[in-house]
Amino acid sequence: MTRVLRMIAYRLALGLLTLFVVSLIIFGATELLPGDFAEAILGQAATPETVAAIRRQLGLDQPLHIRYFEWLWGAVQFDFGTSLAQRGRPVADMIWVRLGNTLFLAAYAAVMAVPLALTLGILAALWRNSVFDRVANSSALSAISFPEFFVAYILIYILAQGGWFPSMARVPAGADLGEKLYRAFLPALTLTLVVTAHMMRMTRAAIINLLASPYIEMARLKGMRPSRVIVRHALPNAIAPIVNVVAINLAYLITGVVVVEVVFVYPGLGQLMVDSVSRRDIPVVQAVALIFAAAYVLLNLTADVISTLSNPRLMHRK
Amino acid sequence: MAFLIFLFWAAVALAVAIALSWGFRRLAAAVTRGEMHRALRDAPLTASFGMMVILIYLVVAILAPLIAPFPERMVVGSQFQPWTAEHWLGTDALGRDMFSRMIYGTRNTVGIAFATTALAFLIGSVLGLLAATVGGWLDQGLSRLVDVFMAIPSLIFALLLLTIFGTSILTLILVIAVIDSTRVFRLSRAVAEGVVVMDYIEAARLRGERLGYLITREILPNVTAPLVAEFGLRFCFVFLAISALSFLGLGIQPPTADWGSMVRENATLITFGDITPLLPAGAIALLTVAVNFVVDWQLYRASGLKE
Repeated sequence: MTRVLRMIAYRLALGLLTLFVVSLIIFGATELLPGDFAEAILGQAATPETVAAIRRQLGLDQPLHIRYFEWLWGAVQFDFGTSLAQRGRPVADMIWVRLGNTLFLAAYAAVMAVPLALTLGILAALWRNSVFDRVANSSALSAISFPEFFVAYILIYILAQGGWFPSMARVPAGADLGEKLYRAFLPALTLTLVVTAHMMRMTRAAIINLLASPYIEMARLKGMRPSRVIVRHALPNAIAPIVNVVAINLAYLITGVVVVEVVFVYPGLGQLMVDSVSRRDIPVVQAVALIFAAAYVLLNLTADVISTLSNPRLMHRK
Repeated sequence: MAFLIFLFWAAVALAVAIALSWGFRRLAAAVTRGEMHRALRDAPLTASFGMMVILIYLVVAILAPLIAPFPERMVVGSQFQPWTAEHWLGTDALGRDMFSRMIYGTRNTVGIAFATTALAFLIGSVLGLLAATVGGWLDQGLSRLVDVFMAIPSLIFALLLLTIFGTSILTLILVIAVIDSTRVFRLSRAVAEGVVVMDYIEAARLRGERLGYLITREILPNVTAPLVAEFGLRFCFVFLAISALSFLGLGIQPPTADWGSMVRENATLITFGDITPLLPAGAIALLTVAVNFVVDWQLYRASGLKE
């Protein structure tokens, strides 16, 4: 048990280190800005006096490392400073509700995509080179090649036009779960389709790889029933690759969510980020980028821990 | 009802595509000789479909001003006209000819994506080969740097950098190229690592060859095959990334005709049952599918030859 805890602690420390460096990059990138924040806010109206005043107000006259640690300390407490575009509004206020919406959408898509993709992937691997496999594989390859907004608009064209589902996913405040699920169905379905394609192909590859290993062949050769080969011998060893596949694709959801939210006008973090990029509202972009990056690192970390736990060979590495 | 019509047109498109790619394979095999002839003759239909599409896009991109009936940026009529004999695909949100903009879009969108991929490859493979050949602290430093860059989702990183440097075509190309070069770096370094340990590299080192000679004459020829296949895949990713950014209004800026932003500008039409805005999106999808098909075939051939 201590070994497990030590492994998890080690991975966590590594994840924290990665996050720390990522935060350095996200903060440091703004230092590349020609001029600085103060000039960016004032634009044409920048005179030496006003620039100096704004600098003092934002604390830009402090040295770099002090500003960084103040920013990081705030970020850890979910205080990301104030927005530039909407002067004086705390960034955390803008993010809080939208974070919930984005998580809801991502979870919704994941709940639909994971079982679907795993079933399709495993079936395609078991019935390799069958008609089912070929059709599933080539449609997945095509779906991967489609831009997210193409899939989204096709769905709008087919499903929203008939009036079955709303093409604008504005969720009214205080809507109950059923209403929310109904309104967010099309964005969730878009994400599901895109992610399923990736996940299915990767699951299929992982399972085929596994079925080619000698102990599976041995089990078959000694006359074991196929169902028992799968359940007793293949499945326990398939956990690690499958968990990896799921985690990688959930991480992929993070970027997919940005485009899909814009298409469906869904009030999530991705849309906030895109709006803030065009307004060059740097504190907001920094905050959202940090949240997305943290989710990404965290997902990869979880996948790493679970696949290590499920594989004794990795646990007892020499 | 819309769904049935959609299914019908999808089936028609599939049948036409199969017939065309079969014809293209016959034609391509007839005009080539030797090794090329055998490869093309035995190519699967998907691959010949891919090659046909890429060829068509190339021709359209090169001959854009000759094919397009109207100039790229000219307002030729009222907004959102339906499909007519004069304006084949109607007009867009500002009254520009959709068909002409689609044609010019081939040149702009594909050209920019290609330039970006080439730049990403230049940066990534030079640094990757250098890291593998020199080793030591350079290798460690570059690899850890790339690790950290790859810990940030690429679209998010691109958005962050575009906020800072502003949105213009040049910054777009540079930002995407730098982000994608990290992936190229990984691959080229990994492939070159396998080559660097070979005896003939050792011999070349002992002969006292310079670094430039080692990389260009000894290592590069042995790593081109995987890098070429990767180029196709990278192109797809870059192309999709640029289209996504343009769609978000942060990539290629108007009035330049570009498929991603054309979808964005005319998206309202879809809710009225007009499929025109789907066409540029479809054009993006078609090219990506085509490149994927060809890369798949090449990878299959490369692995088949080894066995």
